[in-house]
Amino acid sequence: MTRKERLKAQRNEFIQENGIIYLDNVSMNYPEKGNPAVKNVTLRIDKGEFVFIVGDSGSGKSTLIKLLLREIVPTGGDVYVMGQSVKKLRHSQIPRFRRNLGVVFQDFRLLKDRNVYENVAFAQRIIEVPTREMRRNVPSILSMVGLAGKYKANVRKLSGGEQQRVALARALVNKPSILLADEPTGNLDPNNAWDIMDLLSEINEQGTTVVVVTHSPTIVNSMKKRVVAMKLGEIISDEQEGVYVNED
Amino acid sequence: MKIRTFLYTFWQGIRNMFKNGWYSLASIATIGACLFLLNMFYSIVANMQHILYNIEEGVSVTVFFNEEVTDETIDAIGQEILQRPEVRDVVYHSDEEIWATFGPSYFGEDYMEGFPENPLKGEHNYEVFLQNVSLQDQLVEWLQSKPEVRLVRYSEATASTLSGFNMMLVYVSAAIIVILLAVSIFLISNTVRVGISVRSEEIGIMKYIGATDFFVRAPFVLEGMLIGLIGALIPLYLVYYLYDYVLNMITTRFEMLSSMLSFLTLQEVFNVLAPVSIIIGVGMGLIGSYFTVRKYLKA
Repeated sequence: MTRKERLKAQRNEFIQENGIIYLDNVSMNYPEKGNPAVKNVTLRIDKGEFVFIVGDSGSGKSTLIKLLLREIVPTGGDVYVMGQSVKKLRHSQIPRFRRNLGVVFQDFRLLKDRNVYENVAFAQRIIEVPTREMRRNVPSILSMVGLAGKYKANVRKLSGGEQQRVALARALVNKPSILLADEPTGNLDPNNAWDIMDLLSEINEQGTTVVVVTHSPTIVNSMKKRVVAMKLGEIISDEQEGVYVNED
Repeated sequence: MKIRTFLYTFWQGIRNMFKNGWYSLASIATIGACLFLLNMFYSIVANMQHILYNIEEGVSVTVFFNEEVTDETIDAIGQEILQRPEVRDVVYHSDEEIWATFGPSYFGEDYMEGFPENPLKGEHNYEVFLQNVSLQDQLVEWLQSKPEVRLVRYSEATASTLSGFNMMLVYVSAAIIVILLAVSIFLISNTVRVGISVRSEEIGIMKYIGATDFFVRAPFVLEGMLIGLIGALIPLYLVYYLYDYVLNMITTRFEMLSSMLSFLTLQEVFNVLAPVSIIIGVGMGLIGSYFTVRKYLKA
């Protein structure tokens, strides 16, 4: 067995035991802030789960996403994503690590000077997918999100819902194991918000682990999924088919 | 890196330059203005040094010998002088040669008739040309220490003035070039920083998707290098025509000046200026963009 195969086996074993995402007593203190953003959080998310992380502003849910993306390193405990400790990642390993994660943000974060096709293809270019394959993959994912006819459109000219679909297509085109969505419906009207949630459900049904950070009780309470509620940096409840009452 | 990735990166660099037209223009103008000043300054300093060098070339030390010294000894001393590190060339002037040179100018064409014998007998000498006028004292001291030598004629004032002026030119030009370079780097890095900070969001998106530092940085660096190249070529083009124009004007309108002083040809100036200017321009673009992008790659 080669070193690479051994490492892969160890990670698979870790995922079996602790889940695809595992936060082990994680704390995050920003030096400029007095209170910790995340305090002694332990959380396990299994492969194929759909989890809502809910909470009011300042509850620490966005910090959680940052920790999962290895944008920040926990000041206490450790975060394991696909069996990999984010604390042990070297700077040069971060890009490869992030390629396993699809990310969607509230503000879409699209490359505004490029068209729909180029925005999605960009994710394939960075992992050096051959052009021929890219020409198959991109239209296929665009038709999945319902934008097959708009591949040439400038993203600036799309509606909010359409822009979020492009972001979703970009996040999914490399077939990530985990999809992280930070307030994906925050900038959308109710119809578009539901369309996006339906798409997330569909993606989850195909086997992708989906973690959605939101503070929208309507969506959370209708979806009947696992709900992890946070308050002041701590997990206050973790329920299958949970409900959420917004206190903001 | 695969060829298609390289080509994509290359294309993105060129595309970025046109996409951010105003920023590119501002950067090209900044680099161009700085390099124009540097080029002009270099052209002036190089010519001044060339003129000085020509004047120095004409400065010589004349060595006269005692009467009893034989021709063989004079030959041997000539060889010894030529071996000295301070010496570039040695020319021997015999008594006859000196008389033939000075006789007509002092006594007219029929000078020989009034002098049955060479009145300048014993005035044969070596005219010693120096590698560098600052070494004159050293050589004169050595020559004066030789018992065969009757007299060493030299101009202390010329040598010290030329040598002092040369040193001053070196120091002043080095200082001005350093200041101009520092100002250029400051202006260019600021322009690059402003241009890249506008696109920090784009860099952030690329990082989230999993782009490597190289993938993010390469188009920016390439863009910086292209801007640097254009910023170097424009002032080179301007200085080329300006130098040619000024040189022509001096040789045609100020004939007196051009007969006294010799200037470097356009080709001589550009043999140095073109590669140096391009290296500085491209280098500044490369370094400026490389370090500015680095700041945004830390996340």
